[in-house]
Amino acid sequence: MDINTFRGVLTAILLVAFIGLWIWAWSSKRRKDFDEAARLPFRDEETGSRDSR
Amino acid sequence: METAYNDKIVRQFTIMTVFWGVVGMAVGVFIAAQLLIPALNFDISWLTYSRLRPLHTNGVIFAFGGTALIGTSYYVVQRTCGVPLFAPRLASFTFWGWMLALVLAVITLPLGITQSKEYAELEWPIDLLIAAVWIAYGIVFFGTIVKRKEKHIYVANWFYGAFIITIAVLHIFNNLVVPVSLWKSYPIYAGAVDAMVQWWYGHNAVGFFLTTSFLGMMYYFVPKQAQRPIYSYRLSIVHFWALISVYMWAGPHHLHYTALPDWAQSLGMVFSLILLAPSWGGMINGMMTMSGAWHKLRTDPILKFLIVALSFYGMATFEGPMMSIKTVNALSHYTDWTIGHVHAGALGWVGFITIGSLYYLIPRLYGRTEMYSTRAVELHFWISTIGVVLYIAAMWIAGVMQGLMWREVNPDGTLTYAFIESIKATYPYYAVRLLGGLLYLSGMVIMAWNTWKTARMAPAQATRQEDLALAQTA
Repeated sequence: MDINTFRGVLTAILLVAFIGLWIWAWSSKRRKDFDEAARLPFRDEETGSRDSR
Repeated sequence: METAYNDKIVRQFTIMTVFWGVVGMAVGVFIAAQLLIPALNFDISWLTYSRLRPLHTNGVIFAFGGTALIGTSYYVVQRTCGVPLFAPRLASFTFWGWMLALVLAVITLPLGITQSKEYAELEWPIDLLIAAVWIAYGIVFFGTIVKRKEKHIYVANWFYGAFIITIAVLHIFNNLVVPVSLWKSYPIYAGAVDAMVQWWYGHNAVGFFLTTSFLGMMYYFVPKQAQRPIYSYRLSIVHFWALISVYMWAGPHHLHYTALPDWAQSLGMVFSLILLAPSWGGMINGMMTMSGAWHKLRTDPILKFLIVALSFYGMATFEGPMMSIKTVNALSHYTDWTIGHVHAGALGWVGFITIGSLYYLIPRLYGRTEMYSTRAVELHFWISTIGVVLYIAAMWIAGVMQGLMWREVNPDGTLTYAFIESIKATYPYYAVRLLGGLLYLSGMVIMAWNTWKTARMAPAQATRQEDLALAQTA
């Protein structure tokens, strides 16, 4: 395969991967998981575990 | 459910961050004074500008910044994974190994022992030590993630993790050298290839050591201090992948109009321009976390530090792509504008986000919720904000002026100004810069005092219910 064809295909794959990432991240199925993950910094306050000394 | 986190190691790193901050910035102020009053090198080779400048950059980037990053990442990874640190002895090795590397830097750089690569000056034996420490750091960090109790890997850990992996790759490949003696080596690359490898490393030191990693800090401490989750978790995922994919290609903008092939220069410029988008994704995400809680900024100096840090991040990541445009770079390159740009990022973004995070962290590491003096934190905020503004404004004006003077040509084609004339014209701005740096350093000294007082304050004396409960369990 010509190197330039390869470069063109690679660029197309990366572009599709990037758009795919947006679709994946914005899909409503992920919403619950992401909300859970976003709460992670507050887990130590919720479970009552404390900074040890 | 109580989890006993390994906070001893975090305390060690945190205290040393404050120490190295004062040292690194003091060297910076000293060399700023040398530019104004050259006799301040006292004709001692160890004190010349050329030797102290790398000491300053290594001191603030690796000693202050690096120590803060390793310390906060150990704190964050334990709490967001719900488990104590993996391999605590190895973690202890990362602390002592990192400190040893820094002390060796303080000794070798003034002696003139250098690889002459910007931000990679340290000679090969120290580089080997750093590589060993860094790999150990990676094992501790990723080991903790592997044994986590939580299902998700919080986004801050993604940023810290990308920082650890890329810095290992960059450090190892840019320091591939042939040693000829204990303190002298030559790179395996030559000519323009060496320059390209160096700035692939150099720009990603900015990208991953001073940006990605501190975004990790931002993604934990901004939500914590604002007491609300990050504005958009999905935006954080998209801007993470965009940022790390694009940053790697921006290095050639440091080599505009050099022997580097023209296409590589243009490629670097285009990728630098694209970088604006993922950078601002991070800034907007941090800023918008405050929406509905902006009133807290009025009373909380820690939030002021964190939010102003994000503002400077936004400014610096707008200025950077602009300066990477070849025609703009033709004016800005080799002038003090570059120095102004770097310090908008370093003092404004890196410095402020670290200081804000540390003011959250320090009292908690000593069983309290607040620093010894909140008014001193407020004072620190204002004194350093004025310092940064004076510093970068002076360097912008000086830089544009130098660029314009250097390109001024007489009708017969000769240069209008000799180089020395541009230096003479820069003197007043060097004085303003020195003042700005002094203010910023003073803020850091206030922080050191406040940290000392907080650490010395016994938690048992506290009247707060939480502290009492803590004292009982301790």
